[in-house]
Amino acid sequence: MHISRGFHGRHREGAAPGRVPPGQYLTSDFPVLSAGPTPRVSLDDWTFSIRGEVDEPRSWSWAELQALPREDVTVDIHCVTKWSKLDTDWAGVSLDTLLEGVETAAEHVLAYCDGGYTTNLPLEDVTGGRAWLAYAYDGDPLDAEHGGPARLLVPHLYFWKSAKWVRGIELRADDEPGFWEGYGYHNYGDPWREQRYAGD
Amino acid sequence: MNWRIGTVMDVFAETDRTASIVLTVPGWPGHRAGQHVDVRLTAEDGYQAQRSYSIASAPEDDTLVLTVERLDDGEVSSYLVGELRAADELELRGPIGGYFVWDGSLGGPLTLIGGGSGIVPLRAMLRHRIAQARTVPVRLLYSARTLADLIYHDELVAAAREPGLDIRFTLTREQPDGWDGYDRRIDRELIADAAWARADRPLVYICGPTAFVEAAADALVSLGHEPGRIRTERFGPTGR
Repeated sequence: MHISRGFHGRHREGAAPGRVPPGQYLTSDFPVLSAGPTPRVSLDDWTFSIRGEVDEPRSWSWAELQALPREDVTVDIHCVTKWSKLDTDWAGVSLDTLLEGVETAAEHVLAYCDGGYTTNLPLEDVTGGRAWLAYAYDGDPLDAEHGGPARLLVPHLYFWKSAKWVRGIELRADDEPGFWEGYGYHNYGDPWREQRYAGD
Repeated sequence: MNWRIGTVMDVFAETDRTASIVLTVPGWPGHRAGQHVDVRLTAEDGYQAQRSYSIASAPEDDTLVLTVERLDDGEVSSYLVGELRAADELELRGPIGGYFVWDGSLGGPLTLIGGGSGIVPLRAMLRHRIAQARTVPVRLLYSARTLADLIYHDELVAAAREPGLDIRFTLTREQPDGWDGYDRRIDRELIADAAWARADRPLVYICGPTAFVEAAADALVSLGHEPGRIRTERFGPTGR
């Protein structure tokens, strides 16, 4: 371990033990990180689709999504740029609900978004009550700069996996790297194993 | 990605709140303009803190330079800007990021729009352009609160005399007597005046605080620029 001369650190006190992954710091803000302009889409034109290796592609309009069972979740989120935010309140539809009855042999998911962003995840990481299509934050409709009208919420992975402006998921037999995964970020992104970059 | 130990050759103030840290890093693999590094500090009791900082130097420069802004409650930045000095060692890894980068092969023309310390990765691109890609025309728009807050002021003023480089400043809070730059926050009209037009099909890089980047990117999209040719890097909170 390399000691930094004269560094003592200031933010240890009060940090929630066991809730902040290695190399992360707590913030009460909600920083925004996006690779391009914020896309704006009319809710009239918005759909969410499941396509790829499925028996039959599925698609929901905004109104149809709202009619699905809503779940309110409170989770900790961890961004690869080092900030973590505890007890964030979201509402949306579980991916389990959207994938219910879908027949597939696929093991991978590629989420795709307005603006061209993509991210890849194992299918099992978006099932079992671990992923949502979130459309509300802190009781309000999700702001566009935070990914509204709807984004993925996969809080057990680094937050770039929680794709903003998501418009669907593609079920795939092979694992196709997404946007940041193709630029040297880790393919899986477990914050507790500090999987920030390829090879971590 | 391996952690490396760099040696600090120099630390010098750029403005009241920012300093440039000049490093030599054995085994450094080189970088592309616009990339960043992760810095890790370790206290004697083993406590560690990590942050990301943009690289300010061009790939051609002999040393690796980070320019860091000291944040009011900045655990790492207040150490880097205040405590760190020449001959210290600094642990870092990188280079990181492959999208907010520019080199000559991506062509131009180039619009660079920076707010506050968001100028840092754009400065690396500008230096790279001057060193390597002399035919790519550049328009750079840099927004800061006051003249004293402009990082790299003298270097940018000198660069503005080079052919093909159009560099403009806007000071949003206070302007000195005789100021002939812009004097307001960026808006659609200001960007239309300072940046390449849609018809020029520029590649655009915007870096700064979130609200600044949102305003600049939205203005460019409303002016008809292709979103896919606008690359952004944001820092800071949204206030909620």
